[in-house]
Amino acid sequence: MKQFQYIRPATQQSVLDAIAKPGVKILAGGSNLIDLMKRGVTSPDKLVDIQKLPLHGISQNLGNVRTVSVGALELNSAVAEHKIIKEEFPLLSMALNAGASPQLRNMATVGGNMMQRTRCTYFYDTTMPCNKREPNSGCGAMEGINRMHAIFGTSDKCIAVHPSDMCVALAALDATVEVKSKKGTRYIPFTEFHKLPGDTPQLDNTLAKSELITRVIIPNNHFAKNSYYLKVRDRASYAFALISVAAALHIEGGTIKDARLAMGGVAHKPWRLTAAEQFLKGKPGTAANFEQAAQLAMQGAKSYGHNDFKLKMAPASIVEALSKAAGLV
Amino acid sequence: MEDLNNGLGADNQHEPKENPRRDFLKKSSLLTAVALTPGVAVKAAESHLDEKVAAAFEKMPVNITVNGAAHKLSIEPRVTLLDLLREQLHLTGTKKGCDYGQCGACTVHVNGQRVNSCLTLAITVDGKKVTTIEGLAKGEELHPMQEAFIKHDGFQCGYCTPGQIMSAVACIREGHAGSEAEIREYMSGNICRCGAYPNIVNAIQEVKNGGQQV
Repeated sequence: MKQFQYIRPATQQSVLDAIAKPGVKILAGGSNLIDLMKRGVTSPDKLVDIQKLPLHGISQNLGNVRTVSVGALELNSAVAEHKIIKEEFPLLSMALNAGASPQLRNMATVGGNMMQRTRCTYFYDTTMPCNKREPNSGCGAMEGINRMHAIFGTSDKCIAVHPSDMCVALAALDATVEVKSKKGTRYIPFTEFHKLPGDTPQLDNTLAKSELITRVIIPNNHFAKNSYYLKVRDRASYAFALISVAAALHIEGGTIKDARLAMGGVAHKPWRLTAAEQFLKGKPGTAANFEQAAQLAMQGAKSYGHNDFKLKMAPASIVEALSKAAGLV
Repeated sequence: MEDLNNGLGADNQHEPKENPRRDFLKKSSLLTAVALTPGVAVKAAESHLDEKVAAAFEKMPVNITVNGAAHKLSIEPRVTLLDLLREQLHLTGTKKGCDYGQCGACTVHVNGQRVNSCLTLAITVDGKKVTTIEGLAKGEELHPMQEAFIKHDGFQCGYCTPGQIMSAVACIREGHAGSEAEIREYMSGNICRCGAYPNIVNAIQEVKNGGQQV
């Protein structure tokens, strides 16, 4: 690991002053950043540890629009185990518990989880070309071993996937990200926080370097009874997703009043399945309808050889997640 | 309060005297480190990095309580908690497996929560309480989980065992040892290459069902 300076400011203002400068990275839980620094994938000159900032806590706002606010420094394990989250947003709890290991969930924060980098092996291997690690150096995965890689929203520069489970659930739940900078506060819809690779795969998201994630706000919903997070992976636990599906249904009298669907392991960002959601609205929650929704969701999918299996695994996973959410199986 | 950062003289009192191999390794790696440092610094200075090197070499004060003993230390920011424990405090029970947060051999408790010490910068543990495998037993009396691992053959080579035991204790404390399936899920961050998993699960279930204080 290259040498770096370390500071732990006590105020948000000091953090915002520090992160505006080049070569500076924010340190929260460190479970991904320290890993990347050890491997030389990233070599910041200075780490700004934000653990002293008051960005903890989970609270309910019972105003006109009922919401739950989750602080950016709240630990993944604490969010997953929190009473409000377990009871009202079980999808988020399930997704968090599907991610990483208990030890890592005790370290990883909500904001850090959103900022984690892809686990594409070519990104991690500094001897290989990678447009994400080093712009215009090429892509090792495109014609390399791309079993874990994207089937949606790829570009000719990058086919990496976003590795988070938590983010798939938050994208499905229409969460909003609150970020602060010296200019003030900005709110980013969760589905617009992460971006597709396009010509700039080095950028994972739309957060400016001078901005700090302060909390995530989730609107109340009617999905608690019929939610399911399905994660398909190479071993039973503690592995990144080949495919994951966040399914949330609002069912009344056998009819789907509203639906939310998002996939992980298939794109550079959590992949919302809006066409499938629209299709399911107003229809009974039957296996046949779930099959059709899954087919709609697969439009535009493109595979790269080793990940051809995802074209079959993805729709099957969507059907399974919807069936579990609806209580059919 | 004891300061363990005084060099080799002070270190020896924390080591069993009859371990010349480990002692030699320790001394030789320290000498290697000392021998290498000037070269690195010179090279950095040549490439006009001298300011950065000066700043980074600056050690920072840290107060950490490990297994009940308070330590006032001075460390470089990039030292991980794992390396601090093993190299400076000579608590070599905590193992370095993958060093990238994938195997769990380095699991310790920080303020009662299990974490991967290999991905934790020691500087971030300032003011916190760390418990390692050495802190579980009460003198000669083993912790119930240690007893159970021995009774159930919860290990073969033993390298992952300290991490497994730290995780197993946390697993019960967190309330995630309710069934075999739950234990397996909540122990998934600890890899055992010998494949002692069934015996590890049995050990945890016995401690859980025995209702002993963990």
